[in-house]
Amino acid sequence: MNVQAAPLIEIRDAALSYGNGTVALESVNLSVGQHEFLGLVGPSGCGKSTLLRLIAGLMAPSAGRVSTVSDRSGDAPEIGFVFQEPTLMPWARVFDNVHLPLRLKGLPVAEARSRVEQALEMVGLADFRRAYPRELSGGMKMRVSIARALVTRPTLLLMDEPFAALDDMTRHRLNDDLLKLWSEQRWTVVFVTHSIYEAVYLSSRVAVMAASPGRIVADLHIDSPYPRDQEYRLSAAYGAHCRVVTSALAQAGTSDV
Amino acid sequence: MSDATATTRSRHRLAADLAVPLLIALLALGAWEAIVRWRDVPAYILPAPSLIARTLVTDWGTLWPAWLITLKVTALALLASIVGGVGLAFLFTLSRWIERSLFPFAIILQVTPIIAIAPLILIYAPNTLSALLLCAWIVAFFPVLSNTVTGLRSADRNLQDLFTLYGATRWQRLRLLLAPSALPYFLAGLRIAGGLSLIGAVIAEFTAGTAGQESGLAWRILEASFRLNVARMFAALTLISVTGIAIFVALNILTRKLLGHWHESQLPEHR
Repeated sequence: MNVQAAPLIEIRDAALSYGNGTVALESVNLSVGQHEFLGLVGPSGCGKSTLLRLIAGLMAPSAGRVSTVSDRSGDAPEIGFVFQEPTLMPWARVFDNVHLPLRLKGLPVAEARSRVEQALEMVGLADFRRAYPRELSGGMKMRVSIARALVTRPTLLLMDEPFAALDDMTRHRLNDDLLKLWSEQRWTVVFVTHSIYEAVYLSSRVAVMAASPGRIVADLHIDSPYPRDQEYRLSAAYGAHCRVVTSALAQAGTSDV
Repeated sequence: MSDATATTRSRHRLAADLAVPLLIALLALGAWEAIVRWRDVPAYILPAPSLIARTLVTDWGTLWPAWLITLKVTALALLASIVGGVGLAFLFTLSRWIERSLFPFAIILQVTPIIAIAPLILIYAPNTLSALLLCAWIVAFFPVLSNTVTGLRSADRNLQDLFTLYGATRWQRLRLLLAPSALPYFLAGLRIAGGLSLIGAVIAEFTAGTAGQESGLAWRILEASFRLNVARMFAALTLISVTGIAIFVALNILTRKLLGHWHESQLPEHR
């Protein structure tokens, strides 16, 4: 295990409760190092997505601290966010959808254009730049969504059950593509999923959450080496990891997976 | 299915969409003409379609200027509804306080029958045209306002988060996210407002009852009814109908142009 010098994400005693007394998260402690691939699993309603939104800075914790630092200079990392739905603008072509983050950041058009082309190339959709989202399949829309997240060259990629709505074959292919991109570009990934198998396949580390209140109950290292492929899915090590994660979830008193 | 056959098929459907109602209309007109001739119905009770057509030609000198007035009031009222409705909707989106303070008045204007307010407006408005305009505007602007407000609030939550994440300015959010999200709602409101602005213009004229050079088609109908000139009443009515149909068709074409390539409402039923 190669421990990184400074963690990219540092969460200390973070809690989140709403005005009506609902406690969404309770004393969450988590630190994620550079280039880690962290899988976040737990039953629905355990606050996985909420935790992700806290990390993205879209919400503030009601207690505790959530900080993200990209390097020693102390800058906030460039964040890419992928939602469960593709969340594309239906009125805009694929190119313009992927261009959006750069446009909002005010990048000059010429530079943005080449970056968008690169991002589309990465997800294998360069030929579809002029298509509208409704003309694409579910898997292709998800690829556009990933291209949009990658176009800003993020150091931190946050993914909220991105492949949950896809069929198994498409999901496996996108899993492999994601791992390939990650091994090339080495962003840090926090990947929320309700699938133990997906988490174990992708992650270098899996955090298990329990519900009511949402909290982290286990933090497991998945030490199988990368690159991983279909062989890994059939290996004894993969099965063993899945068993460990499953029992951690069971101990958290949850059968709703 | 190739593009060519798809185009042919949609052309066939268009032809059917036009031909069938047209055929029914012709049959109805034929029956009308036949009944009037056969039963010898006097023209001051029910004029035959052929007489109405002839009246349109012979009375063109009176009807044409009146039609222009009605068209002018309708068009200006529709324009004012767009400017007023969209402008207020943007204001409401900027601040809940502005919405809280002004929206009740918009509703009061909407629910009070225009016929009841019109005589007051006639007293206070500086001239007849502005009185007519104000009446038509009051009737027509509400659907634009309420639809645009709903539309501006309907932007996808996740896209909203994405705009926040990438540090979008207020103006970028409005232009790139809220406005396109609101466009289908706005256009639906506009199609209602198009018809209402004509209705508003006609009602306003009836109440205003202006004689002289400023009078539109509605006044011509009243005037003709006083003289039992029923053929001219029908002729003026025809022009009003044609105007309404033209507005409807024009706004449908506009909607198709603006939404055709992406919005669900404009996609063919079976893909």
